[in-house]
Amino acid sequence: MKGERRRALYWSYFFLVLFAIFFLTPPIYMMITSLKSSAEIGAITNPWFVYAPTLDNYTALLGSAQYLTFFKNSVIVSLVVVVITMLISIPAAFALARMKFWGSATLGMGVFLTYLIPETLLFIPLFKIFAWIQDLTGIEVMNHYWVLMFIYPTLTVPFCTWIMIGYFASIPKELDEAALIDGAGYIQMLTKIFIPVALPGIIAATIFAFTVSWADFLYPMAFTTSADQLVLPAGIVTILIRGDVYAWGQIMAACLLGALPPLLIYAFLMDYYIAGLTAGATKG
Amino acid sequence: MHATVSGASRVTVNGRWARLRRFAQRRSTIGFLMTLPLLVIVAALVLYPALFALHLATLNKSMERFVALGNFEFLFKRETFWMVVKQSVIFAVSAVAFKALIGFMVAHFVHNVPVKGQRKWRGMLLIPWVIPPAMSTLAWFWLFDPSYSAFNWIFARIGLPNITWLGDPNWARFSVILVNVWYGAPFFLIMYLAALKSVPEQLYEAAAIDGANWWQKIWYVTLPMMRNIISITVLFSLIVTFANFDIVRILTSGGPIDQTHIFATWAFKLGIEGNDIPLGASVSLFMFPILAIAAVFILRDINHRGNEA
Repeated sequence: MKGERRRALYWSYFFLVLFAIFFLTPPIYMMITSLKSSAEIGAITNPWFVYAPTLDNYTALLGSAQYLTFFKNSVIVSLVVVVITMLISIPAAFALARMKFWGSATLGMGVFLTYLIPETLLFIPLFKIFAWIQDLTGIEVMNHYWVLMFIYPTLTVPFCTWIMIGYFASIPKELDEAALIDGAGYIQMLTKIFIPVALPGIIAATIFAFTVSWADFLYPMAFTTSADQLVLPAGIVTILIRGDVYAWGQIMAACLLGALPPLLIYAFLMDYYIAGLTAGATKG
Repeated sequence: MHATVSGASRVTVNGRWARLRRFAQRRSTIGFLMTLPLLVIVAALVLYPALFALHLATLNKSMERFVALGNFEFLFKRETFWMVVKQSVIFAVSAVAFKALIGFMVAHFVHNVPVKGQRKWRGMLLIPWVIPPAMSTLAWFWLFDPSYSAFNWIFARIGLPNITWLGDPNWARFSVILVNVWYGAPFFLIMYLAALKSVPEQLYEAAAIDGANWWQKIWYVTLPMMRNIISITVLFSLIVTFANFDIVRILTSGGPIDQTHIFATWAFKLGIEGNDIPLGASVSLFMFPILAIAAVFILRDINHRGNEA
């Protein structure tokens, strides 16, 4: 029995190492390439080894106004989207979880179902709608990064509301009653009781909203084209890769730096990150 | 006289105010107002565009004339369209199957090792999910590079032939699926690991007493206990994978000769790059049937569980 268990353990480690290699190869290769000069990449040597490590690619990027613009746009868009998402989904989740009003059960379900309509179905009609708004009001909607602040909440709000409904519903009803007896209104109940108690859920939802807005690629590809209006994913793909002159060291450095904010959040807040990920399905 | 009239009107004004205030303080009103921003955003930026896509699909290229089902007729006659349908199905079904399988297997491996080390393994194995897909796919693109492929370098060392990863239609199909599996499997791993932890240990002990081997334990204990989470993750992943854009767009842009296009990338090519918005909308609408089926299953599942509770 004991020997059998030990054998199972060894096999588990063996396969874990194998899968870890599979899962980590691209990021590690990203790092290897980002430390090479163009000359070393062009010379056909061992691609998996850095003979003359250099940080030139990183310093070049951090000194490039263009890359910093992408980064700045991404930061602004993601932070604003996080704020908008929280302002919309916290009150909505509170109302749907606690205040039974006409149609609230159906609404909760409806929120969940909007998650099923993918962005890849919406970007073409939205493209046309934006063109219309431009014609009607003269406001130039297309090709500005701020338009993303209006669209990204459609990706974040339904799921964040769904997560938060779960967290709010798990708060014991006795707390509400105590607050009501003490004369608190609904707004006070939300800000004094629900938000503090459900803070882990709110952090998880915030992380989710940030990473989704940081990573989205389709909407910026469809709605922004000028180099100064691009966010990171679209910027790296469309501007840094020009024709056949592949500055791969720099591209990989750009990807790694661009992936850094979500990776750092993940490294420091892993438990919240994973809670947000699993909450949607297990509470569904 | 004058004073009494104004006094009476003040009473009614006060009455109206009081009624309005009572109405505003009613629970249902506050609740509705709190959900209003959510409703507005969903109605304006999700439901309306989705319905608008239906309307767009019935117009001609310049969007001046109503052509009813003309766009669909045109699509059905094109060979590329059927290729895209086939490729979308192959892409989504095989990618989801492998993601679920790998996620299930690796979750067991992580579950097997001592609890102390599980966090480290889990943290490491979720990294592909954390990196924005546009950026990690670029790393794959570079790994697949026709002249500098780091995989081919290894193959050359061990005497295997070079592979044109993205240049040959079949290898390109394999590559886009591989990258999607790489990106999505960690998500399944996390879900299944959480589910595995919730299976009571006594069930395995009871099965062991009955003389069950490891395969029977998985088949008769683990799988039935995880049925719900498996069906939900597979459904969700199917939706997301069917609607995938990033990976195919960056790796192949649909090439070689449109062989790897899926609905989203082809709709983008026709609608945004080709300036034929109605045709692009028609293509993207083909994602609807699969979504409707998924919605039915999910709703049924939720109702089912609602009745149990």
